[in-house]
Amino acid sequence: MTLASLARKYEPRKVPDKRVATSAMIASLAAEGYDTVAAPFGHTLVEQARKDDRIVGLSADLSKYTDLHIFAQAMPERFYQMGMAEQLLMSAAAGLAREGFIPFATTYAVFASRRAYDFIAMAIAEENLPVKIVCALPGLTTGYGPSHQATEDLAIFRGLPNMALIDPCDACDVVGMVPAMIAHDGPVYARLLRGKVPTVLTRHKPDYRFELGRAQMIREGRDVLVVSSGIMTMRALDAADALAKDNVDVAVLHVPTIKPLDKATILAEARKGGRLVVTAENHTENGGLGEAVARELMLAGAHVPFRMIALPDAFLEAGALPTLHDMYGLSVDRVAQQIKGWL
Amino acid sequence: MSVQTRTMVRANMSLAMRAWNIRRKALLMGEVQGQGYIGQALGVADVLATSYFHAMDYRAEDPEWEGRDRFYLSIGHYAIALYAALMEADILPENELQTYGMDDSRMPMSGMASYTPGMEITGGSLGHGLGIAVGAALGLKRKGNPAFVYNLMSDGELGEGSTWEAVMSAVQWQLDNLICVVDFNNQQADGPSRDALAVGAEAPKWEAFGWHAQEVDGNDLDALVAAFDAARSLKDPRPRVIIANTTMCKGVPFLEAREITHFVRVEADEWAKALDVLEEGKPQ
Repeated sequence: MTLASLARKYEPRKVPDKRVATSAMIASLAAEGYDTVAAPFGHTLVEQARKDDRIVGLSADLSKYTDLHIFAQAMPERFYQMGMAEQLLMSAAAGLAREGFIPFATTYAVFASRRAYDFIAMAIAEENLPVKIVCALPGLTTGYGPSHQATEDLAIFRGLPNMALIDPCDACDVVGMVPAMIAHDGPVYARLLRGKVPTVLTRHKPDYRFELGRAQMIREGRDVLVVSSGIMTMRALDAADALAKDNVDVAVLHVPTIKPLDKATILAEARKGGRLVVTAENHTENGGLGEAVARELMLAGAHVPFRMIALPDAFLEAGALPTLHDMYGLSVDRVAQQIKGWL
Repeated sequence: MSVQTRTMVRANMSLAMRAWNIRRKALLMGEVQGQGYIGQALGVADVLATSYFHAMDYRAEDPEWEGRDRFYLSIGHYAIALYAALMEADILPENELQTYGMDDSRMPMSGMASYTPGMEITGGSLGHGLGIAVGAALGLKRKGNPAFVYNLMSDGELGEGSTWEAVMSAVQWQLDNLICVVDFNNQQADGPSRDALAVGAEAPKWEAFGWHAQEVDGNDLDALVAAFDAARSLKDPRPRVIIANTTMCKGVPFLEAREITHFVRVEADEWAKALDVLEEGKPQ
C-alpha cells in the first residue's frame, strides 16, 4: 500500500449529496434505448445441448451468476456442481473432455485466469481438449474492486497456446459464440455478459452474425478507425454517434475474437489511409487487443497514427460502475473526448 | 473380463517376475541417460506390476480401446517407471528403450500424453491427476462404461490443495469407479514428506473425507493384490484409495542403503553394478 492510499484510508468521509449505488453486475452497461435479452448464454446453451449429447455444464458455485443455472434447470442430469473449487472445475472438465464430452465450465474471469491457470494450461490447453471456459465479470464490469475485476484475463490467456479467446459485445455475440465454440475443435475462453444483455450490433448492422476469428466493420467512417472488442464496441458506436454531431466521422471495426486475431481485416482497414487508428478494450493496456493490433501494424510496416483506449496498469478502485467507467476512460463521453483530443 | 479370467490370461509369468522386469528396464533406461528418477521407479515397480498384470483391463495392441481401465500418472517424473511397465505390457516396443530421454524419443523424461502410447495424461505439474480422474470417472459413468480410473500420485502431492478439492468431489459424486494409489515413499524434493505436509494419519484423513482407504506395504505383492482386489470388488459407492508405503530404490540394496534423496545420485559405473545386484535377486 502506498503512503498516499494509507492516508486516504484514515480520511473520514461525508455522505454525498448525490447517492450512487455500487453495481455488482452490468445490467446498466448499455446506454438507454437498447433492447435487452435475458440470459442469452444459458438459453442458447440449452438449445445447442438439445441437439448435441456431448455438451455438459460445470460450475464452481457460480451457475446463477454465469447464467448456467438455466442449463442446470433444463438439463439437471447434464449439469455438474463442482463446488467452490476452481482448480477441480478445470481438471474435471478436462477429464470429461478426455471421455468425449464438450464441457462448458463457468466461473468468474478472475478465478479462471488467476486461481485455475495452471490447470487450464496443463490439463486443457496442452492437450488441446475441447473445454469451453465461459467467465462472467470480464475487465471492469463490477464495482467490487480488484478481487472481482478481471482486468488482465486476456493478457494471461493470450500467452497460452491452443486457446481461442472471445470478447463479446452484446447479446448477438453471446448467442452466436456458443455454437461457434462447440464447432471449434479445441479449448476456448469466452468472456461472458450475463443477465439482461443489450442487443447492440444488429441495430447498427442488421445482418451482423458472430463468426469465430472474424473482425467485422459495424460502421464506416472517414476520420477515425476504432478497432474494438467486447463492450467497448458498444461504447465506440455510441461515441461515434456523438462525434458525428461534431463532424468527426468514426468507423468501428469490431474484433470479438482476440485470438486467433483477424489480422488481414485489421491491416486492410488500417491501411485505408488518412484515418487515426484507435484501439478500445475493456482490459489493461498491457497484453490485450491494443498491443496485439500494434504488433500486427508494426510487423506489416503499416505506420499509421495509433492510440489506445484501455484500462491503466493499476489495481482499480471500487465504486459505482458508471463512475469507474468515467474515471478510467471507458464511458461514452470519455471515449468521445479522448478521440477528439487526438485529432 | 472377470478378475479370474484376467489372472489366467497373464498367469504365465509371476507378478514377482513382472516387477523384476520393470525394475530391470528402468535401470537400463537410467543407464542410457546416466540419470533418472530411479529411486522412485524401483520403489513403485510392485505397484505397477500389480496394476498392469493383475488389476487392469487393457489391450496392448489398442492402447486407446474404449473399454480399457484408465491409468493416470499424475507424477510425471515417474515416467521412467511407467515406460518400463508399458514395455513389459507390450504397449511400448522394448526396442525403443535405448531412446529414453533422447531427442525425438517417444519417452521424454517427464510423462506427456501426446508423446507416448499408454500415457493417458500429461502429469508433472503436481496435484493435477486426481482432479482429471474425477472428470473422467464422471464421464465413464455418463457413458455407462464400467471401466475404472486409476490415479497414481505421490505423497508430495498430498500437499497440493487441488488434491483435496478432488478428494471431496469424488465423494460428492460417489465415484466408485475411481481408485487412487498414493506412492508413499516419504521423500519429496526438499526432504521427507513427513516433515512437510504429510504429517501422518494419511488413511484416517481419506476415510474422514468419505473414501474407502487401505494402507499397505507397497513392496509386498500379496498385500498389493489383496488391496487392489478389495478396491475393485467393494460394493459401496465410495471412491477408493490405496496408500502404498514403498521403499525408495527397492531391489538394489546398495542404493537402498544410500542416503536417500528425491533424486538419487548414481555414478556412471554403478548402473551396471545395480543391474548385477538386481540379477542376483531375480525371482525363480
